[in-house]
Order: sequence, then structure tokens, then C-alpha cells
Amino acid sequence: MKYLIKRAGFMAFTVFAVCALTFFLMNVIPGGTAELILKHTLIGLEESATEEQLSQISSRYNLDDPLYLQFYWWVKEAVLRGDIGTSYIYNKPVLYLLTLRLPATVQLAGASMAIATLAGVSLGIYSALQENRISDHILRIVTLFGVSMPGFWIALILIIIFSLKLKLVQVSGYGNLENLILPAAALSLHSVAAVMRVTRTSMLETLGQEYIRFAKAKGLPVWKIISRHALKNAMLPVVTVIGFQMGNLLGGAVVIEKIFAWPGIGSLLVDSISARDLPMVQGCVLAIVTMFLLVNFIVDILYTHLDPRIRYG
Amino acid sequence: MVDTMDNAFAKKLKKEDVLITEVYGSEFSKRLFQRKDMLFALVALLLFTGLALFAPFISPYDPNANELRNKNLSPSEDHLLGTDYLGRDLLSRILIGARTSLSIAFGVVLISLITGTALGCAAGYYGGIVDEGISRVIDVFLSFPGVIFALAIMGVLGRGVFNLMLALSIVQWAKYARVMRGQVLSIKKQEFVLSAVTSGADDFYIIRRHIVPNAIAPLIVLATIDIGHVILSIATLSFLGIGLPADVPEWGAMLSAGKEFMRTAPYQTIFPGLAITFVVVIFSILGDGMRDILDPNHEGGEIY
Repeated sequence: MKYLIKRAGFMAFTVFAVCALTFFLMNVIPGGTAELILKHTLIGLEESATEEQLSQISSRYNLDDPLYLQFYWWVKEAVLRGDIGTSYIYNKPVLYLLTLRLPATVQLAGASMAIATLAGVSLGIYSALQENRISDHILRIVTLFGVSMPGFWIALILIIIFSLKLKLVQVSGYGNLENLILPAAALSLHSVAAVMRVTRTSMLETLGQEYIRFAKAKGLPVWKIISRHALKNAMLPVVTVIGFQMGNLLGGAVVIEKIFAWPGIGSLLVDSISARDLPMVQGCVLAIVTMFLLVNFIVDILYTHLDPRIRYG
Repeated sequence: MVDTMDNAFAKKLKKEDVLITEVYGSEFSKRLFQRKDMLFALVALLLFTGLALFAPFISPYDPNANELRNKNLSPSEDHLLGTDYLGRDLLSRILIGARTSLSIAFGVVLISLITGTALGCAAGYYGGIVDEGISRVIDVFLSFPGVIFALAIMGVLGRGVFNLMLALSIVQWAKYARVMRGQVLSIKKQEFVLSAVTSGADDFYIIRRHIVPNAIAPLIVLATIDIGHVILSIATLSFLGIGLPADVPEWGAMLSAGKEFMRTAPYQTIFPGLAITFVVVIFSILGDGMRDILDPNHEGGEIY
């Protein structure tokens, strides 16, 4: 319990640190924030921007104050009113726009995580049971390529095969399960390979233990040995890797969402970067980081549950 | 079965530090040549770097020469891998692209390695408030997905080779610092360091002569694997159009241009991706092999 509080405290600290990092990053841009805001409000008239307009905007957004004061006000607004800025492009609160995009990203990342866990763990167990046989070798080579291929390239290849050549699914779209298949498959492949690798190693180590040989000698069928004795003990490193993979998934989701025109936070981030909509960029980064931290928090709790020997001080 | 039992026993002993394998110098190269996969990867890497270095001399066409009447040609005898939407030879561009990716990736990894080593040494060696400060910063940098932060940095700084290297180094260094800190913590308690301290050597000398040479092995392994990861990140950022300027030939950018013609010219999407995969596979094999040789106690997955 004490550990959980400490862990939650660290999480809050990290979110704060990321806020600070992104805030200062956004404010060191060459040209200054005032000019950027002006450019977005006067599209087509950038050349005619006057000094007067610039100073007007500076005073309206308190841009002349020192950075740490600006940051203080930003934090105050964020904590008191949940206001983390206003998008230049959409002219709406960042938080509101994020909540619109959140479900799509959660769907995609969740589906990929599920695929990665199920496929990765079962293939890993299979590979371990077949150690050094032909199917083990094939799976290991596939894994090697799986962790080395860029996710967005896999996405493009999947589109070429399944959408353009076989015409089985549409290239992009959002709303039903069919649309989810290709993006989730492309996004999860890397994680499937990573989870499988760790499961295989961990399983092999567990299968070499005395109690497994005893269970074997006792005449238990293989599936029972795996499910009753080996799996739970082999799962610890796997759970860790799944937590790490969440970072890869959220990072990869950015480009996958862009390819499939998936209306999630990732594609919003890329669009905002192209449009130099900095408050929106900051909001997206914050949202993604928070999701990642939450997942890892849950993984940590699972960890203590799986292995009662672990008692964090 | 006997064999696996022996292995398990040896592993256990190693974990308890009873059995210490020291592998340096000639022993290292001997083991390297025993492993066929690493030998293969090494040869492939040399071949690839050679191709990249001599790309201007061996590539059949000028990688930036537009010939609009030859645009979107399928692979043929004249253009082995076809041409892109501006009529530029794809093979030439992939060869030149290898230079871009490899040099930027080496740069990023080198910068991260040096920064990480310096800060990790400082944290581990001096301890106390220095350690506390540096460790918290490391924690924060490691606790969120790096690609996302690199994206945000590029969004602010804009495209460019220097900006890209800076952004990727900022998100990479913390890994090295953490590993280095751990290494230093265990090494500085050993007798040869203590004797150096008692004989009055200054801190910098001890770190340079005694600590770093003994602590660097896992970082070299990490760096090797990382080159592959950095190449993937470069490709991802360029693919999204926020990595390198449009006129630099780069695999990710080529994929991004090729995807517009997926229906009619799928080879434009296939070949640059194969090049990326090939290089990353090489570095994965090398890194894993080196880890097995240099750091037999490691946890986690293994491949060939």
C-alpha cells in the first residue's frame, strides 16, 4: 500500500515534469508565440502583421511575462479549471478536442495490446515446447524480422495485399470491427514478436525447473503442466515486457493512425505538428504520456499480485 | 536434457557471481567467429557500409536527377528497382539513403553514449545529491514513450539533420545513463578501485582508467541494438514528414512518397522498407550476439 502511494506520487511528478518540459519547449520556438498566434488568426495576411498587433497579442496572452510566471498560470488554470490551453486551429479547448479523439486511440491500442498478449504468449509457449525443432526455428526467424520491420511499412504492405489486391477490407474507415483489423494487426506485430521472445526464454527457464520435471514424471499431460505449474511462474518477465510494449504501441499508433486516417490522438498530434498548433501538440503529448503511465501503474500492481515475494518497501 | 541442466546450473552460478566469465580481446574475437549468425551479420554490415560509402560511385544514376518522362517505371533492366514519381532511379536513392540513415544513427548513438556515460558515471561515482538529481531526471526521461517526445521536439524545432539528431539524442541518452550508473555502483566497491583511491589518484583518473573500461561492455551492446532502433525512428519521423528536409534522400521519406502510388507502383513501397528491415535485422543480430558474449547474465529475450 505504501508502495502504491509512492508509485502514484512518482506518476504525478512525471506528469508534472512532462508538462514543464513541453511547456518550456513550446515557448523557445524561434519567432515567438505571439507571431505564431497571429499567423493562425490572420491566414493569408501574415505579411501585413504589424508591431502593434504583435504587442496586442502579447499583452492579451501575458506573453511578456517571464516564462516561469506563464507556466505558473498555465498550471493554475489546468488544476483549477481543467483548462490546458486553446487550440489555435480549431479555436476550442484542447481538453475537449482530446476527449473526442481518445476513444479511437484506446480502441486501437487496446486491441493491439490484446493481440500482442494472446498471440505473443501462446506462440512463445509453443516455441518453447518445440525447442530447436523446425517450427521453433521458423518462429524465431519470423520474430527477428517482426521486431525489425517498421510498423508503418507493415501497414502499407497489409494495405497492398488485403485492400488493393484481394479487396477484402477497405483502406481506411472508422466505426466497425472490420476497420480495426488492419491497423491493429500492423500495430501489434512488433509487440507480438517482442512478447513472444520473452515468453519463450522465460518458459524455457521455468520448464528446466525441478518441479516441472516432477510433474512430468508424475504423468501430468503437457497442457496441465503448462497451465497449472509453468505459466504463472513464467509470466513475470512477460508482464514487464507488456508494460514496456505499451510505450511502443502508443508511439507506433501515431504513424499507424495517420496511415489509416484513424481519428485518434496520434493523428491529431501529427496534424497539429504540421500546422504548428503548439497547445494542441502539448495536449496530445500529455494525453499519451498519461495513458502510458497509467498502464505501467496497473502493470506494477499486477506484478505484486503475480509474485507475492515482491514486497516493495 | 543433461545439457540444459548444465546450462541452468551455470546460469545459477553466474547469477550468484560465483562464476565470472571475462571476455575481452582475443577471446572476444574467437567467440565472435564461432557464431555463424554474427559472422553473417558482420559481413552483411561491412557490405552495406561499403555500398553506402561508395554510393556516389556505384549507383547507376544520379539519385536526385528528375526525368519526368521516366516517372513511375516498373523495375526493368534499365532501372533495377524502378523509378519514383519524379523519374528518379530507386536503386540509386536507396543506396544514398543508406548513407543518410547510417550516419545519422551513428551520430545519435554516439552522442547518447557519451552523454549517458558521463552522467551515469557522475551519478554512480559521486552518489548523494548528485545521484539523486541525475537519477530523477533519468526516471522522468525513461517513463514516457521516446518517439512521442521526439515528435514534439521536431514539431517545435522544424525539420533538419541537426534538429533530428538533437531530438533523438535527447530521448536516447537516459537509457545509457541508467545502465552506466548501475555498472559504476557495482564496480566502485571493488578492490582495484579502492586501492586506486587509497593511492591518491584523482576522481577523473579513476573514472577514466578504472571505471569506464570495466563498465562499458553492456553500453556497447545497448548501442549496437540501438542503432537499429534509431534507424527505425528516423524512418518513422521522415515518413510523417517531420524528420529531414524533403531534398535529402531517406528511406522513410521515400516510403511516404511511394505510398501515393501503392495501387499502380507497389514496388516503390516495398523496396525502401526492405532496406530498413535488412539493416535493422543486422544490428539486432549483432547486438544480441555481443550481449551473449559480453554479458552472459542478461535477462530477457534472445534471438538468433
